[in-house]
Amino acid sequence: MNRKQYIEFAEGRAKRTSSLKNCIWAFITGGMICVIGQLLFFVYSTFMKDEKSAYSLASVTLVFLAGLLTGLGLFDKFANFAGAGTLVPITGFANAVASPAIEGKSEGYIKGVATQMFVIAGPVIVYGSASSVIYGIIYYIYMVIAGNI
Amino acid sequence: MQIDYLLILKAFLIGGILCVIAQILIDKTKLTPAYILVGYVCSGVLLNGLGIYPKLVKWAGAGATVPLTGFGNTLAEGVKQAIEKDGAFGIIYGGISATAAGITAAILFALLWSILFKSKNK
Amino acid sequence: MKTEIIKFDNVFLNQTAAVVGSKEKEGPLGDKFDSFCEDDRFGQDTWEKSETEMVKRTLEALLTKSDYDWKDIDLLAGGDLLDQCIATSHAVNNNGIPYLGLYGACSTAAEGLIIGSAFAEKGMVVGTLASSHFCSAERQFRFPLEYGSQRTPTAQNTVTGCGSFLLSQNKSLVRITEAVIGKIQDNGISDANNMGAAMATAAIDTLTRYLQNSGKNVNDFDLIATGDLGHEGFELAKEYAKSTGLILGDNFMDCGMMIYDLNTQDVQAGGSGCGCSASVFAADICPRIADGELKHVLLIGTGALLSPKSIIQNKIIPSVAHLVCFERC
Repeated sequence: MNRKQYIEFAEGRAKRTSSLKNCIWAFITGGMICVIGQLLFFVYSTFMKDEKSAYSLASVTLVFLAGLLTGLGLFDKFANFAGAGTLVPITGFANAVASPAIEGKSEGYIKGVATQMFVIAGPVIVYGSASSVIYGIIYYIYMVIAGNI
Repeated sequence: MQIDYLLILKAFLIGGILCVIAQILIDKTKLTPAYILVGYVCSGVLLNGLGIYPKLVKWAGAGATVPLTGFGNTLAEGVKQAIEKDGAFGIIYGGISATAAGITAAILFALLWSILFKSKNK
Repeated sequence: MKTEIIKFDNVFLNQTAAVVGSKEKEGPLGDKFDSFCEDDRFGQDTWEKSETEMVKRTLEALLTKSDYDWKDIDLLAGGDLLDQCIATSHAVNNNGIPYLGLYGACSTAAEGLIIGSAFAEKGMVVGTLASSHFCSAERQFRFPLEYGSQRTPTAQNTVTGCGSFLLSQNKSLVRITEAVIGKIQDNGISDANNMGAAMATAAIDTLTRYLQNSGKNVNDFDLIATGDLGHEGFELAKEYAKSTGLILGDNFMDCGMMIYDLNTQDVQAGGSGCGCSASVFAADICPRIADGELKHVLLIGTGALLSPKSIIQNKIIPSVAHLVCFERC
């Protein structure tokens, strides 16, 4: 077996997780998290007039809950079968921020917690804001050409 | 409190579908979760630019706002409004200020959890 | 002539000790370890300190079981997975023993036994050890413990465990007779979630070198145990061996598959880490040799030499496998 044959052989037989089962779990858990968000929205819209703020507060609540489950050591057990179902909703972002923060405690609050907090979620903020700026530039040019500014 | 049951169903459907797309990407490609998250946020910005995402938010509510694409959508929505208000200066502050609640909450709560909890053996 | 096989004339294994975590305690070898810790913390507040404490307890157990005292030990050679081997360095801090820190990734146990035997042959009393801790390794090589991610089935579970060995010329029932030092090689695998595939060819190449130069064949041994190929790497190794004309039978086993029950414990393809082969040999295989159940045993300590940076940079994983031959006197 030469090198190329070995790589092909090894990668070919490496079992991937059953995708159908993963997808079903991702669908159910991801859908349920969004339903919880929707229910929270209904609660918040009873005292908040602005729809956007109510959705925003619903997301903040989910961030809180996901972080709490992370701290209690339950989130990763849940994510192990939910996969993308907990990753894609804002809960995945909250877990990605909370888990290195909790673990960073062994290096102290400055060098550990704060430094490591965005070790996983940092790229989301970096490329999120970068793409919003690019989008902003395009939108601005469009507005100038259209004569709105 | 008004509960729109159809909206709940639609939120479940869209939220679920967005997660399934990511699951397929994880299982079938070599993309790691970090790439998926970055891809989702940037897609959200793009889909807002194409005018698709705001319609999805209207139709599916939390099913569109809770997934990370919704975060991208909020960034784009914020930059648009800031430009309409302050012109070119809005390009710089629009995105992050619209998503400030989510980011600050994530930071603040993470700090709180790090004070309250210790990591556990698996 | 080039030395392929190192021969030891007068090296005896005097004592072994192993301390593990809770998951290893629940495994098939659970009753054989000297002690374990229910929450894997070993009473410490950081995972790094936990691993250090585990190493300390293993060394204490080793000395308590043997007739030796700290001052009788001429050399301690050992290592772990944490960057710059800090768990071991901290554990042997201030005990006044000359110390060699080793890094051979998961092959550290075999590396330590070979180096230890070389010094024991010179008349020294040598302690060797290898340690790994799931939580400290996970932090360093993968994600924070509380981060929610799905494991691929080919990934391996780092063993929380430390195994140590005491070697000298004082006669005992188990001898270390021969060793082969592995050559670093890469077979093109860069997936850190499939380390077994990266190490499988190194294991077979070292075994082939040994068999060719010693004139022995696989049936001369009661047990040929690889360090931590895991289920995936183990099957690959058998297939790869077959393609080179080497047929491996029932006496071929893997420590990474022995330490856990792969069907009931959630460990993906099996165990890995320095502590895997170290604790399995220290707690199970070496005592079985001493009892006379096994007479002629090969340890092929496999190591995937990756670092947190090399994983991120998607570098190919260089692998190594060292062979140690144990014999019942």
